[in-house]
Amino acid sequence: MDPKENRDPLHVAGRDFYSRLLIGTGKFGSHALMAEALEASATEIVTVALRRAEMGAIRPEENILSFLDSERFLLVPNTSGAANAEEAVRLARLGAAAGMPRWVKLEIHPESRYLFPDPVETLLATEVLVREGFVVLAYINADPVLAKRLEEVGVAAVMPLGSPIGSMRGLETRAQLEIIVEQAGVPVIVDAGLGAPSHAAAAMEMGADAVLVNTAIAVAEDPCALARAFRMAVEAGRIAYRLGRLQRQTQAVPTSPLTAFL
Amino acid sequence: MAFSDNLAERNFPFFREQTRFRSLLEPKSAPELEAMAQEAQNLTAQFFGKTVRLFAPLYLSNECVNVCRYCGFSRTNSILRLTLSPEEVEREARCLAEQGFRSILLVAGEHPKWVTPGYVASSIRSIRPYFPSISIEIAPLETVEYQEIVDAGAEGLVVYQETYLPEAYSSLHLSGPKRDFVWRLQAPERAYRAGFRRIGIGALLGLAPWRQDAFALAAHAAWLLKHAWRSYLTISLPRLRPSAGGFSPEHPVSDRELAQLHCALRITFPQVGLVLSTREAPSLRDRLIPLGVTMVSAGSRTDPGGYTGAGRERLHRTVRGHEEPPDREESTAAATEQFTLSDERPPYVIADRIRQLGYEPVWKDWEECLTNASSV
Repeated sequence: MDPKENRDPLHVAGRDFYSRLLIGTGKFGSHALMAEALEASATEIVTVALRRAEMGAIRPEENILSFLDSERFLLVPNTSGAANAEEAVRLARLGAAAGMPRWVKLEIHPESRYLFPDPVETLLATEVLVREGFVVLAYINADPVLAKRLEEVGVAAVMPLGSPIGSMRGLETRAQLEIIVEQAGVPVIVDAGLGAPSHAAAAMEMGADAVLVNTAIAVAEDPCALARAFRMAVEAGRIAYRLGRLQRQTQAVPTSPLTAFL
Repeated sequence: MAFSDNLAERNFPFFREQTRFRSLLEPKSAPELEAMAQEAQNLTAQFFGKTVRLFAPLYLSNECVNVCRYCGFSRTNSILRLTLSPEEVEREARCLAEQGFRSILLVAGEHPKWVTPGYVASSIRSIRPYFPSISIEIAPLETVEYQEIVDAGAEGLVVYQETYLPEAYSSLHLSGPKRDFVWRLQAPERAYRAGFRRIGIGALLGLAPWRQDAFALAAHAAWLLKHAWRSYLTISLPRLRPSAGGFSPEHPVSDRELAQLHCALRITFPQVGLVLSTREAPSLRDRLIPLGVTMVSAGSRTDPGGYTGAGRERLHRTVRGHEEPPDREESTAAATEQFTLSDERPPYVIADRIRQLGYEPVWKDWEECLTNASSV
């Protein structure tokens, strides 16, 4: 869709985005393949793990940052690897000091088996980072109370998980996600566990403002084709959400009703 | 509670996946093994992506007070020995950093005089500017000693149990502190308490019947996943290689069995890292990577000073605790390696090969500021 025709942009921290699909950059079989998939997805916001990036002009041919066009995409560093608030804050500062945007995808996982985010540390880190002027997008479990607490301390968007990172199990947290979406005063970006375009479409139909996808696209047989499919699914889900959904019925409802003559 | 609590009754703690794991270790037909390989490959892509991390070992010292029948560094082997100074360690580390490495494993034999916690900590401090990720593979220490090493900047600990079968262990480790089976078995738990973030365990295949060792190793992994829950766990499956002393494995493991074991561990523990060293031949390494390996060493040397020749002027033999000069004709030689290597390809060639296999070689996967509070 031509961005100018899109009257439904995603607003985050005072900026408008015309794609509601965010892409994570880990796990791709090559940096070149990643760059092509980003192109195909039409994404505007790309997250990158600082622990993978070489700051400065070190071996550009192998540095992930040299494959990410910062004119084209908003590069949001993530704090992957941080196990507590203090480490996440240090990583965020490092990214900003290296000239990256003062945005951060805050992810704090104390354990590596399921990579579940630590709610206590996430709240603490958000408070500090917001005070320091960062735009914080916080990766959280699908916890409606935590989402509101984060909102109160100034988070720019919450990113509740659909299912564990990389699991591709879809919206297993659907019931809580619906409550988060219902109550949110900041954008809700469903992150993690989206394994198929239909999962992304379902999240968008539910009213999520955007989704973030990484593993499903990165490890696909054809990442570009699947990136395109996710783009279409996100757009379809958003249109459907805006149109509203009719009530589910238990019985068939005739398309030519018996009382039409009245 | 420790993993070794019930060892007196010869029991490893129960783990939920143990029935499936045991069945995965049984002899398999070709189609069954292929199905395992497919599952292992898919799970690895799902959890680790199409990436392979690279690291290099740096041997600090080949002095050792233990007598172990299979190890080249064994005290009674008349080999050329050397302990690098922290400055020499830095020289070696710089050489590895220039080759592209950002992840390093410091390795040393066990020697209370030369390889002290303070020495290892100084070595770590000397290489911190070059490596965001530093791990150690040294003899088991007390928790407070591990803390000193963590404070110096190490984030990973590797300690292989060699064999999990107490009788076999005791027949292979003839004298020295390493004879204490349980002390070694509890090292990962002490390391976790001391603050190590990555913990590597493994069994040296060839020392004992591999299925029994594999089962115990899996029980150990499951226990650590539950109790050392904040750490990131890796498993390595080194096979015994030729070394000084000429030990030959009594329980050899075939390539096919090694591949099956990699798959079985991957299927049972999808999120655990699997490490593959240059002990294995290039052709086998290239085929094992797609089956679930997440981390490989490259361009390795297993002799102290092996990368730059650092410290060669101090080479000596150690006889009953005393240094003796090398023979005249050996004065320009290198220190003796722990074992001979199979994959001698340079790191960039291995990285290219990883790309050809459809994976992105990852040199850097850690940021110093995570382990160093004063860096930002």
